[in-house]
Amino acid sequence: MEGLDDIVEEFLVESHENLDQLDQDLVALEQDPRSRERLSSIFRTIHTIKGTSGFLAFNKLEEVAHVGENLLSRLRDGALDLTPSRTSALLLMTDTIRALLAEIEASGGEGSTPVADTVVVLSAALEDAPAEAAVEAAAAVVEAAEAVVEAEAEVVAEAQAAAPAPVKKAAAKKPPAKRASRAKTPVPAPAPVPAVENVPVPSPPVAAPAPVAELPQEVPVPEVPAAPAALAPEPGTPEAQPKGRGVADSTIRVDVDLLDNLMLLVGELVLTRNQIVQYVGRQNDQDLIRASQRLNLIASELQESAMKTRMQPIDHIWSKLPRVVRDLGLQCGKAVRLEMEGKDTELDKTLLEAVKDPLTHLVRNSVDHGIEDTAGRAAAGKPAEGVLTLRSRHESGQVVVEVADDGAGIDPAKIGRKAVEKGLITADALSRMSPQDLLQLIFLPGFSTAAAVTNVSGRGVGMDVVKTNIEGIGGTIEVESVAGRGTCMRLRIPLTLAIVPALTIECAGDRYAIPQISLQELVALDAEKAAAAVEDVGGASVYRLRGELLPLVHLADVLGLTSDRHDGHVVIAVLSSEGRRFGLVVDRVINTEEIVVKAVSGQLKQIGLYSGATVLGDGAVALILDVQALARRALRTETTDRQEHRLAAAAAAASVSERQRMLLAAIGGGRRVAIPLDTVTRLEQVRSDTVERVGSREVVQYRGAILPIVRLDRHLGAFGDSDREVLEVIVYADHGRSVAIVVEEILDIVDGEAAVQSDIDDLGLLGSAVIGDRVTELLDVRAAILAADPAFYSPAPGALPGGLGSMPDIDTSAFGFEGTSSPLMEV
Amino acid sequence: MSSATATATRTMPATSQLATFWLDGDLFGVEVEHVQEVLRSQSITRVPLAPPAVAGLINLRGQVVTAIELRERLGRKPRPEGQEAVVIVVRLHGEAVSLLVDSIADVVDVDVRDFEAPPDTLDGVGRDLIRGAYKLSGQLLLALDVNRAVGT
Repeated sequence: MEGLDDIVEEFLVESHENLDQLDQDLVALEQDPRSRERLSSIFRTIHTIKGTSGFLAFNKLEEVAHVGENLLSRLRDGALDLTPSRTSALLLMTDTIRALLAEIEASGGEGSTPVADTVVVLSAALEDAPAEAAVEAAAAVVEAAEAVVEAEAEVVAEAQAAAPAPVKKAAAKKPPAKRASRAKTPVPAPAPVPAVENVPVPSPPVAAPAPVAELPQEVPVPEVPAAPAALAPEPGTPEAQPKGRGVADSTIRVDVDLLDNLMLLVGELVLTRNQIVQYVGRQNDQDLIRASQRLNLIASELQESAMKTRMQPIDHIWSKLPRVVRDLGLQCGKAVRLEMEGKDTELDKTLLEAVKDPLTHLVRNSVDHGIEDTAGRAAAGKPAEGVLTLRSRHESGQVVVEVADDGAGIDPAKIGRKAVEKGLITADALSRMSPQDLLQLIFLPGFSTAAAVTNVSGRGVGMDVVKTNIEGIGGTIEVESVAGRGTCMRLRIPLTLAIVPALTIECAGDRYAIPQISLQELVALDAEKAAAAVEDVGGASVYRLRGELLPLVHLADVLGLTSDRHDGHVVIAVLSSEGRRFGLVVDRVINTEEIVVKAVSGQLKQIGLYSGATVLGDGAVALILDVQALARRALRTETTDRQEHRLAAAAAAASVSERQRMLLAAIGGGRRVAIPLDTVTRLEQVRSDTVERVGSREVVQYRGAILPIVRLDRHLGAFGDSDREVLEVIVYADHGRSVAIVVEEILDIVDGEAAVQSDIDDLGLLGSAVIGDRVTELLDVRAAILAADPAFYSPAPGALPGGLGSMPDIDTSAFGFEGTSSPLMEV
Repeated sequence: MSSATATATRTMPATSQLATFWLDGDLFGVEVEHVQEVLRSQSITRVPLAPPAVAGLINLRGQVVTAIELRERLGRKPRPEGQEAVVIVVRLHGEAVSLLVDSIADVVDVDVRDFEAPPDTLDGVGRDLIRGAYKLSGQLLLALDVNRAVGT
């Protein structure tokens, strides 16, 4: 049985169930022959079996079902009446199908189970045959079949070989089951001519439809003895099978609600177990400790088993994809080969259902957009046939599903242009985005890169829906793409929704749970380190995590509580949400444990910080923090937020106020400049004596690279104190290049409601705004960077103002004056 | 006060049973059929940023149930330090919610004829949550509108 395909196995289970139902239906039908409902139900069952067996190439099965279906359809349409003989014929059909299924289950093939007799009987029943004759015919066949069981091989062979020639001998003599009697019996019933077409027995290659004469010799004898007793078309067959449970007996169908309930109870048990284990840990009673250890083990195993009842291999949803790919490939004129790795990876049924549509969408996308047409592939020097690879695997408590193609990849620049064209982002925002950020744009609503709208995809709905769906089940989606090499979409899906691993932390004396899925790492800083590494400017703090600026969110502040940690230690949980990282400052990290997610009432959900609650090991209730909501609430610069703002801005069709976090810096002369924080990668301090000159430009060695420097005071024409020993430097990095922007002092990080004056378009500045009651200039980061490194945005976009060519020489301050004076005066 | 006094001609049930409890010196009652159980000394997990009347969450045999501080809800002064609240778990529309009160009292049968609109002495917030008062001998029993009380 292990050789059986999953599909076949499923077919068997389903068919066995259907047949049981069929028996009942048929008998009931006899009582009430006019019942359309029952007839339709029976018809559907047989139709299904026929369809599937045809698909699986079980030709005999198909043949029997086909004739049966014919009969049933005529009965259903009222063209024929259900006589006892026809009922018998149908029951015989059921038995034959059962025998065939048993054989398929045992050997994987149909073997030599005889079906011709059944076909004959059914065909006879199709005609207005005298009832008596048909009954007898049926009886004869049944008995003959029984006889076959005991019969010797050659007899079987004979019966079988005889079968293909029934045209004139439909079988209806007196019952005595003389083995070959049927074959020789003259037919009292009118010859069922149409039956001829149905008769050809597929498996043993018996010559042709004219075989009456040459009987037994043609039959491939060796095959026949292989037919065991179980093959007899007799209901009792399963007993004849020596080995364990058959497919139908080894599985049962269970209501999913029941499984949900089971899962719930197991969840409770796990919690109670946690409680007991914790309590027993403080005891000295050896017996109690042993008992609790056993309980611990059993509960874990039970949990695992209960979870497994809901697990299904991902192949369930993958199995439909080869067809999708094939059809789509034909439609698009592309040759695509689908490869699958990790078909057996299992995940929760509910989740499986939830990822089905997104996954199909991704596959369609890959074929439609990802893989080039044959000519395109040839031009790119790739094999004509594109390869689409589906991979799935378990990885740290999650299921990772990848849809990868070896197509053209996604060109970030093209994405960017498209997004600007569609008004999804501003050109200015585009200039600040990294290629990876650009790729994320495909998840924006209303985005589509297809040059032409096809009926396959390209309508601009989809990727955002995919993202929403995946995130709805606590998963994430990432896109990776190398132009010319291909694209890989990676889904990360939790194994199950009911029980999730979580980190429990403490804040202001209370415990909270953070789902492990959003946790990246933990950072603990002692007071001394924290003082140096956490830059706390005006209430907004950042931490330099391996050189990257990590915005910090103090959980106590968000919750409106007062932290009870006063020793200066800082514990940071580095979390990621929607592709954006931030650090959550908590008082203490307690533990990681499996928690059961409980819903909280609507009014608590409305607060928008908690995704639920859970009961911890000691029985206390802990709130589960909603990391995404937390990020949205706490981080103004968070990606989706920014995107929303940009969308809003685009809708207003003007450069209106854009709310974002700004880094405030003094540049000397009492002037303040605001720099969008999201363009800043690092804050550094550089000793002024390390500044060197290359030609007319200043550079500094930094992390093994040469970092061009722009001094904002000079760039903007303010006279700062240039004799300082230590320079405050804002590092901006993109496309693997970095520049250092020197300011006099970092002042603050603020949420800027920056009312940009649209008519001001001077070099070096975007405009000015009132931030924190003071006029602040908004730095044109792009211009500043180009001042330091003209090749920064190479290949240089044509949009640069002509004057920029001279920017490297701006050491002369006159230039800057001109650029900055007007905004100041206008405000 | 007993059911014997009821006459068959009344359209609404003549008597009903109220589970009574004390809160800030007053006697309140809720319909017995709403009450699921009464618990003592439960540890409550506070919910930051929740409406003030939400005292927090309690663990009711694995169920997480919201606890409403009835004193806050009725606009009364906070419970004195050291006095522990009693938890009345009520079931409304299939969902369990719990009310924090001072102490639990008897289940009493009340007669509709003793019912009156809320006394004028009741002030603003609390008034909306009180259906009315039953004049018991020597004591006024305030009938709490449970649905409103939990709908913060």
